[in-house]
Amino acid sequence: MSGSSEQKVERTLVTPGDRLVEGEFRVLTPTTVYRVGTSYYSSVVGLLELNTQEKSLKVIPLEGFYYPRVGDVIIGIVSDVGLTSWELNIKAPFPGVLHAVDFLGRPVNPAKDNLKDFLDVGDVVIGKVEHFDRSRDPVISTKGKELGKVTEGALVEVSPVKIPRLVGKKGSMQSMIEVETRCKLVIGNNGRVLVRCENKQYEDIAVRAIRKIEVEAHVSGLTDRVKEFITLEKVKRGLIGVGERET
Amino acid sequence: MLESERPKLIGENGLRHDGRRIDELRPVKMEVGILTNASGSAYVEFGKTRVIAAVYGPREPPQKYMVLPHRAVLRCRYHMAPFSTDERKNPAPSRREIELSKVAREALEPVILSELFPRTSIDIFIEVISADGGTRTAALNAASLALADAGIPMRDLVAAVAVGKVEGHLILDVDQVEDNYGEADMPVAVAPSLNAVTLLQLNGVLSSSEFSEAFKLALKGIGEIYRLQKETLRNKYLVKVE
Repeated sequence: MSGSSEQKVERTLVTPGDRLVEGEFRVLTPTTVYRVGTSYYSSVVGLLELNTQEKSLKVIPLEGFYYPRVGDVIIGIVSDVGLTSWELNIKAPFPGVLHAVDFLGRPVNPAKDNLKDFLDVGDVVIGKVEHFDRSRDPVISTKGKELGKVTEGALVEVSPVKIPRLVGKKGSMQSMIEVETRCKLVIGNNGRVLVRCENKQYEDIAVRAIRKIEVEAHVSGLTDRVKEFITLEKVKRGLIGVGERET
Repeated sequence: MLESERPKLIGENGLRHDGRRIDELRPVKMEVGILTNASGSAYVEFGKTRVIAAVYGPREPPQKYMVLPHRAVLRCRYHMAPFSTDERKNPAPSRREIELSKVAREALEPVILSELFPRTSIDIFIEVISADGGTRTAALNAASLALADAGIPMRDLVAAVAVGKVEGHLILDVDQVEDNYGEADMPVAVAPSLNAVTLLQLNGVLSSSEFSEAFKLALKGIGEIYRLQKETLRNKYLVKVE
């Protein structure tokens, strides 16, 4: 069933102002599609996915920036230390606010605690967007599994619109890279990726693979090409023999 | 005496002083993504008029008082480089540049979906690096390309061109000489898919029938520019596929 509906989806490159389709459709990406009268138009440069069977459409942007959404996992860098909270740079139009009560998990006394002792400017934090609406700056929480201060790994910055491609369908791309390079990836929705690896060489390969995905995000058949790329890099570095190379 | 210095703008053969037909654009060149540090950027060339536009944002405005609670603020700076003209131009913003910054902002504001990003600012910097007439229209073409390149949601691209009247003929894409010695100059900016005019200025005198004729001529040129703009945006990705 899913195979047949997959074939109904066509992908085309669209630019702002392009008329996409006429009729009643379900818009899956409300910021990149708008409607005038009975027609739908694109508002960005992106790839149109039109599903005529399910009557739905979406435009995946090719350029863009991060705009926070509640529930997003983000990787922030501390930009300011306050009396009871930190300010994080989260690559969004707004600073992220991380309350000390949330981070430390206990009441904070500004007279006794100096927040600089826990997180200083430049420290990297993995968090989740807890609250955000049009009138307030996003509040970040570090309560949860694998959230909190980062002490090791390599931080890679990519364009935020390429993140879905880096994760892949149901995490396929991410798990492929993790298996092939024996690294652990933490992918922040705001366009930062933390790579934790066994050694420097695998780290190098993983970072190069991420860069490759960023450049070729709009080309189909990417997962296979990235897999091939990783294998090639491994052979180059002598991590596996030429004979072990499976295609 | 001045009369003798006046160049012949339309020749016997009906061609203009640079060899163009009266309804022909100058050679146009467009490119996007030329600056790495900007969110979006574009370079546009109309003959000897060359313009660079850079877009930053949406980002936090530099001063908190600027923020609007219901939409993004659009900030626009049109500037001519000191070396862009024959005689050195003082780099300080002139009265004309301040006005053009405002005019350019108002021509772009209606197409940007700024209500999606309250409390932010979108900054557009337009730098004219070589001026030969029609800089405001080239600036608008570049700015709208740069906005699209930055991934800022917009209802449509803005395409602009100037029409004018010289020696009794209506001409498309006015250059510096034609602007200096012509009878009228009318820059027009349009969002073609929306069928909406976002900028319309007229310097000089046109009769009402001439005006509608000139406007039609502008729309013809804009159609061509709009097509080029979209092609430029698409080409950025078609090249990368290989």
